[in-house]
Amino acid sequence: MKEHKPSLMMLFLSVLKISAFTFGGGYVIVPLMRKRFAEELHWVTDEDMLNMIAIAQSAPGPIAVNSSIMLGYRLFSVKGALVSALGTSLPPLIVLTVVSMFYEAFKSNQVVAALMEGMRAGVTAVIADVVWTMAGNIFKKKKPMPIALMIAAFLAVWWLKVNIVLVLLACGLIGFLAGVLRQERKAQ
Amino acid sequence: MLNMMWTLYEAFFQVGLFAFGGGLAALPLIREQVVVIHGWLDMATFTDLVTIAEMTPGPIALNASTFVGTRVGGLPGAVIATLGCITPSLIIVLILARIYQQWKDKPAFQGVLSGLRPAAVALIASAGLSIAILAFFGPGNAASLQNLDPVAAGCFVVALFVLRKWKTSPILVMISTGVVWAGINYLIK
Repeated sequence: MKEHKPSLMMLFLSVLKISAFTFGGGYVIVPLMRKRFAEELHWVTDEDMLNMIAIAQSAPGPIAVNSSIMLGYRLFSVKGALVSALGTSLPPLIVLTVVSMFYEAFKSNQVVAALMEGMRAGVTAVIADVVWTMAGNIFKKKKPMPIALMIAAFLAVWWLKVNIVLVLLACGLIGFLAGVLRQERKAQ
Repeated sequence: MLNMMWTLYEAFFQVGLFAFGGGLAALPLIREQVVVIHGWLDMATFTDLVTIAEMTPGPIALNASTFVGTRVGGLPGAVIATLGCITPSLIIVLILARIYQQWKDKPAFQGVLSGLRPAAVALIASAGLSIAILAFFGPGNAASLQNLDPVAAGCFVVALFVLRKWKTSPILVMISTGVVWAGINYLIK
């Protein structure tokens, strides 16, 4: 993969492409942004990107838009945030305007339906791949707190259906307290 | 007309402001605004909207905004609804992005982030598992061996292998999987 210097145009085109071709909504788009900007382009570090995704998820609104605003701001300040938000919002605007005009035909088209249904297996593989990498990075550091939080948060959301705002608040608070405790121990 | 556009903007502003947790969390809020409060869509069309927003690429909340906006006010309506949906994000996330930039190295903020990072991965994993169940067992079916779609499971294994081994473009993998799955199902039926 050729290295590219950060540029507004490249930022715009990258988020545009991800938004235009990624099925499954924000939770699929955001890991792909990590892959693109941290793994392929190296514009931000992996941890930086994960921080931004974590903050984006804690704010209201579409996660993909929030993440692209965080990333755009990080790279090119307010200008970058606006460009990146535009790049993420344009594809749905165009695709859905067309689809909603022909939606009766679109909905009942069997070829479209079959492609969409089959793509779910691919979407699952893409998420499995990124979760593998992301969770692997957390396991590799061998710190007990993040590993325990990740497993607990997953069980809370998936199994107990706890509201994700509560889960994020709890994880942020636990992380904060653990940080304070570590500081105190260091001071002693 | 102008009045209508303002109402549309305001409705989707509220959706953007109160939807924590992304598109799927936004859908009940959109239903409230679009079906219950303003009566722009009936419940059957709203159900179609959910299907289409999930079937098309892009963020689900923006897909839904555009769909409703187009039906209420054509292309200008679509733009207004999308703008309404992302305005709260632009304000709130820009503030958070500034805070992140300035406080990134402060130990207390580092602590908060070290708690949020694993949660972010857990949320993505949980969303992925929901899609996996849908892909392998079909909508509304229990996750049992009887309901397992072997073609989907096979496509998944191959796609994951290709992604891990060759770091192939995810977009290419997703689209190829769709074509292969549809092709095999066409042939065996």
